[in-house]
Amino acid sequence: MQLDSKVPSGPIETRWQRRKFELKLVNPANKRKYTVIVVGSGLAGAAGAASLAELGYNVNCFCYQDSPRRAHSIAAQGGINAAKNYQNDGDSVYRLFYDTVKGGDFRARESNVYRLAEVSGNIIDQCVAQGVPFAREYGGVLANRSFGGAQVSRTFYARGQTGQQLLLGAYHALQRQVAAGGVRMFPRTEMLDLVVAGGRARGIVTRDMVTGKLETHAADAVVLATGGYGNVFYLSTMAKGCNATAIWRAYKRGALFANPCYTQIHPTCIPVTGEYQSKLTLMSESLRNDGRIWVPKTKGDKRSPDAIPEPDRDYFLERRYPSFGNLAPRDISSRAAKVVCDEGLGVGESGLGVYLDFAEPIRRLGRKTITERYGNLFDMYALITGEDPYRVPMRIFPAMHYTMGGLWVDYHLMSSIPGLFVAGEANFSDHGANRLGASALMQGLADGYFVLPYAMGDYLAQTKFDKIDSAHADFREAQAGVESKIKRLLAAKGKRTVDSFHRELGKILWDNCGMARNARGLELALAKIPELREEYWKNVIVPGANEEFNQSLEKAGRVADFFELAELMCLDALERDESCGGHFREEYQTGEGEAQRDDENFSHVAAWEYQGDGHRPARYTEPLIFEYVKPAQRSYK
Amino acid sequence: MKLTLHVWRQKNSTAPGQFVRYEANDVNEHMSFLEMLDVVNEELILKGEEPIAFDHDCREGICGTCGSMVNGLAHGGHKGATLCQLHMRFFKDGDEVWLEPWRARAFPVIRDLVVDRGALDRIVVSGGFVSVPTGSAPDGNAVAVPKPDADRAMDAAACIGCGACVAACPNAAVALFLGAKITHLGSLPQGQPERMDRALKMVAQASREVFGYCTNIGECEAACPKEIKLDVIAQMNRDFLRASLTQGPEAEQVAG
Repeated sequence: MQLDSKVPSGPIETRWQRRKFELKLVNPANKRKYTVIVVGSGLAGAAGAASLAELGYNVNCFCYQDSPRRAHSIAAQGGINAAKNYQNDGDSVYRLFYDTVKGGDFRARESNVYRLAEVSGNIIDQCVAQGVPFAREYGGVLANRSFGGAQVSRTFYARGQTGQQLLLGAYHALQRQVAAGGVRMFPRTEMLDLVVAGGRARGIVTRDMVTGKLETHAADAVVLATGGYGNVFYLSTMAKGCNATAIWRAYKRGALFANPCYTQIHPTCIPVTGEYQSKLTLMSESLRNDGRIWVPKTKGDKRSPDAIPEPDRDYFLERRYPSFGNLAPRDISSRAAKVVCDEGLGVGESGLGVYLDFAEPIRRLGRKTITERYGNLFDMYALITGEDPYRVPMRIFPAMHYTMGGLWVDYHLMSSIPGLFVAGEANFSDHGANRLGASALMQGLADGYFVLPYAMGDYLAQTKFDKIDSAHADFREAQAGVESKIKRLLAAKGKRTVDSFHRELGKILWDNCGMARNARGLELALAKIPELREEYWKNVIVPGANEEFNQSLEKAGRVADFFELAELMCLDALERDESCGGHFREEYQTGEGEAQRDDENFSHVAAWEYQGDGHRPARYTEPLIFEYVKPAQRSYK
Repeated sequence: MKLTLHVWRQKNSTAPGQFVRYEANDVNEHMSFLEMLDVVNEELILKGEEPIAFDHDCREGICGTCGSMVNGLAHGGHKGATLCQLHMRFFKDGDEVWLEPWRARAFPVIRDLVVDRGALDRIVVSGGFVSVPTGSAPDGNAVAVPKPDADRAMDAAACIGCGACVAACPNAAVALFLGAKITHLGSLPQGQPERMDRALKMVAQASREVFGYCTNIGECEAACPKEIKLDVIAQMNRDFLRASLTQGPEAEQVAG
């Protein structure tokens, strides 16, 4: 299959401008004749749904949470990047573009990344106008801070809860459209299948999570903004409800899945304490602005951290990457922490942790400044661990955080199924093999506010739609499929809980397809996952019935999809015989332990096509062409 | 440690509910409260019983999904923490714990500890926003916002919409939630054009839902996991009063 990225040609600075002019428009009077489904109400979904409704389309927006305001975008702490150059420190659209392409280890599309950088400024403007209370200087102007992988200060923030404030901005815009009648909101409603009719995405099958009622919804186009698939690992920084069912169902209906092995491990999370652990809590990367990361130099040094003198400490990030130091990008910092822990230098009971120490910055800047910058993060840490980070260094360890892979989309955010758009973390997006901090919020809002509204108009204007409703055979077939899957799960009546399977699956993935991978481990995982999946369908217990509020059933369906996705991730990781960004194959590293890319053979997007259960999916490639940023080994030394 | 739980079990919004006693025998001090419930639920499922339904999502205190009354206190009564952030080290061996859903007529029970907080969304729909369509924003620094105003807006904007304020209030009033939204937007220059209208519409919607009236008791402030202060209610009252006086008969109509 030939993958047409629809990327414009010509100078990169004018590509999006010219493309916007070329895109077809829908007459204002005709917009209300179209219905668009938006699944997900996070930054991309809420921004997209609101913006589309403002244009005049009828939007039906679905979320599994009880309110659209709770989507997991809300948890982003640190900030959002934008090339405003308010600090006069040399930032520009081009530099943000450059940093993002480099940060992604040269595995993203240049044109997409440039557009992202180009609209980044508009995002800040939009959010400010909505009343997002960004941090300000005393003169009343917007404040900035620096973030991993960048040497300029371009990150805008709202205390430690930037994600929540940006999402509230988008949620307000969404609710304004609910009031205006442009958006109909379906909370506590989960998409369980995509309906493709006449070769186009025309609707979805949903389950009302309160009553269990299955329904189909027809539309002219469908947008999936359902987030990433990090919960396949069981333990991650994602919300418990985050799942891959929407994108996985779309994959099984023919949408290509790109780069599933690109997963991001965040370097600064609170370490695991026991088997009962249900999720991992992120400590914002912004802490690395001042905090210093270290481990004892000698194995088995059990002294308390304040009793370990400077010469006996190894500030391993500062040592290995003197120019970026503690602000080295996430993939590099995480791996460096893994290396020292593998050498037995890790701290804490489990030995899986490193210190993030604020003693020096507290001495230098005073406790008050540190409280102003990170107070709520320190409080959160103290609450969870029972330790006071003002006195004792924090202990942190990398955790599964973000997925760069996702459904393949062209420059218009349309998947390989006509009429199916994918936005935000759910698409394979603009981050290549590694996302820089504070860029996820940027991408979600860029897609929702500034790309989808244009792309949608073009698709609708160019397409002739047959009238369709839920009585159509394709809708009935999709609903019947969902019903039978639910029945099968309820009928298994086995001896193991959904969570116990999910935990085991997560462990297999973390061990073999986590921070470091190798062919042997991946082959092992590819043998173990199908066995466990087979057991799952025979031996899972799902109490209760479909026709009620049933959280076990919700989980069971999601985990069933995770099993299949996990296999695709391992397959993709095995096929990609190189290391790049978050995908670190131990066989491919430099003498100094850095990722060794193979640009000759792998400078491409790998997109997988479903070929039926039990059949190996087909792998297609989209070559990546770098006209502006010359691929080189990423150096943060 | 071992705990005895008394949990409100109710099959759906119309079925009668009751407390059911469970023993949590394997509780570790590092667990979060919700992880303790997970462990109890795993045991229930293996015994062939239905697990306790409770709302939760991010489990890091920001999404506002979780929340129950623990021994009569919203989110367990730990200062500045949601239920998911409450850790078991605050309990001791042999403790009895009573778990109930948010208690308010405006929040009907869906199942066990899960309630319907749609009323909060409807209040925001009524006017809790700045009307600024995508694309029509001036440069972010075009309007300077004095830091104290930005900080005041941020203090109020920290509300996560969990509903603890309503559940804690003896009147089941929604004043703290309302006041937080009105203060957040009303403290910023961007929120000024619709400030009066917003106060009228949101207060009117709140009175159409079945919340009680605020009598300045202050339980809401004590229960708020984001430590929103009572002064947001004063701000709301001020804006509402001013709007009622300045916007004339139209205002009366809106406010009912």
